[in-house]
Amino acid sequence: MTIEVRNLVKKFGSFAALDGVDLKVNDGELLALLGPSGSGKTTLLRIIAGLDWPDAGEVSFNGEDALAQGARERHVGFVFQHYALFRHMSVFENVAFGLRVQPRAVRKDEVAIRARVKELLDLVQLDWLADRYPSQLSGGQRQRIALARALAIEPRILLLDEPFGALDAKVRKELRKWLRSLHHEINVTSIFVTHDQEEALEVANRVVVMDKGRIEQIGSPADVYDNPATAFVHGFIGESIVLPVEIDNGAVRLGDRLLNLMADGIAPGTSKLFVRRHDMLVRPSGSGAFEGAVQHVRNFGPVQRAEVALWGGETIEIDAPRDKELRAGDTIGLEPRRYRIFAGA
Amino acid sequence: MGLTLSWLSVIILIPLAGLFLKSLELSPEQFWNILTSRRTLNALRVSFGLAFAAACVNLVMGSIIVWALVRYRFPGRRLFDAIVDVPFALPTAVAGVALTALFAEKGWLGAPLAAAGIKVAFTPVGIFVAMIFIGIPFVVRTVQPVLQDLDPEIEEAAGSLGASRWQTIIRVILPSLAPALLTGLALAFARAVGEYGSVIFIAGNLPNVSEIAPLLIVIRLSEFRYADATSIAVVMLVVSFVIIFAVNRLQRWAQSRIPAR
Repeated sequence: MTIEVRNLVKKFGSFAALDGVDLKVNDGELLALLGPSGSGKTTLLRIIAGLDWPDAGEVSFNGEDALAQGARERHVGFVFQHYALFRHMSVFENVAFGLRVQPRAVRKDEVAIRARVKELLDLVQLDWLADRYPSQLSGGQRQRIALARALAIEPRILLLDEPFGALDAKVRKELRKWLRSLHHEINVTSIFVTHDQEEALEVANRVVVMDKGRIEQIGSPADVYDNPATAFVHGFIGESIVLPVEIDNGAVRLGDRLLNLMADGIAPGTSKLFVRRHDMLVRPSGSGAFEGAVQHVRNFGPVQRAEVALWGGETIEIDAPRDKELRAGDTIGLEPRRYRIFAGA
Repeated sequence: MGLTLSWLSVIILIPLAGLFLKSLELSPEQFWNILTSRRTLNALRVSFGLAFAAACVNLVMGSIIVWALVRYRFPGRRLFDAIVDVPFALPTAVAGVALTALFAEKGWLGAPLAAAGIKVAFTPVGIFVAMIFIGIPFVVRTVQPVLQDLDPEIEEAAGSLGASRWQTIIRVILPSLAPALLTGLALAFARAVGEYGSVIFIAGNLPNVSEIAPLLIVIRLSEFRYADATSIAVVMLVVSFVIIFAVNRLQRWAQSRIPAR
């Protein structure tokens, strides 16, 4: 099932939750909507599910108008952040719900329903919990049951709203892997919303980065990480050093210091220089684009994180390999291996 | 612990025991004769029958009021919310006088109803109306917090799984509210059975027709027939207790299907 969204607008009062969004989702894809809270990602998901309605724009499934149908007719599986399981029903009945409420003409008989629920509980590896109630399950188990329930109706599309948002870090990591392999197995066109970049980059085939109701970039995980299209994407994904610089005739200036960097094609004026922390290489003093004094060093994990006060007036944090140890008080040179300059303050 | 138990005994148990002791002054035969007299039976029937009917009406109407108060935002919502408590707060005699004035043949509502051939004041219908009036806050106030806690997402979940609005209400919302609804029903019923002040003004108090059991007790007391009065009281007590107990069991059963979160 392909999904196409054209020029979607949704306002809550004067706040534009979606401000002209265009998106095409391919058949069988696992797509992540990534953005900070308030970026409109959940609103977009809810509109696709039929739980919210846009003020303007179009949504189509396989070329056919989806906005003409309610949530009930769209045949979309939706997984909520807080599970939304039915508390008064056992796990089994929760999963069976979608099968039991089907119109009489197409409803399966009891034997077929039992078989299907068992199959789904096996799929999410929780068949031994069939007789429990949701309140007796852990968060991770509840979310897997919610997923099994959504899959029971054989949805054309699977939508997940911050599916792991309410879980602790360790369970999240397990479920991420599990979700990816599950998607591989069932191969339903799926969209999930997250504010966790690691989750988006690790699980999805493609990532849509959103901010303030607009799409900033669509690309593969490698694409959005290595070639961020905008200053926002560069700042949001991965850890970046951001420096305010002046561009003047292709020359780059930080405070009163002229940097030996290229700024071809960037309009003159105030701009932002982005460098990944691990792309800032340590050089002997006097060589490299930047020069600065080490203030603090913290050693942990595979890198040493150093705070460096640059000549020119900014203080930055860099991640340097631990082979050559830095000490507070050292004067060092720094050379960015890769960098990007985005015009505008 | 000891203090609370003694307090409970002084306030509730000792008066109840006194009631039973007083009725023991009668021989079983006398007791039986008092209870099976036509007037007593009719009074009990009027009290329990109308109280139950009123509680059922309150259950339905109360649920609708709760739904509107919790799920919709409309101007004056807070005012309506406060108005629900009026039957709680109003002295029952005041309520009785007000209802009587309203439903009397020349009253605002009584006049058009009389024109339609329906007589409310001074008939059993009047008792029914008064019982609905005083019972409604019990249903609203017990169900309201539970509905507020009910996540609207579960309705969205039911909808996206293909359930119609009706299926969502029957299969998802009502079962979640069942314990609170039963509690509200029991409280409204208990209150209506025991109601005296507001009912006697509007009832007309015709023996065998619109005479409620609590009134009959008062009449017997004023005739110094204390044993008669306590016998009727004992029966009311036992029947009320049995009904409350039954509702309680039902409620426990409904609750057991929703284990604590």
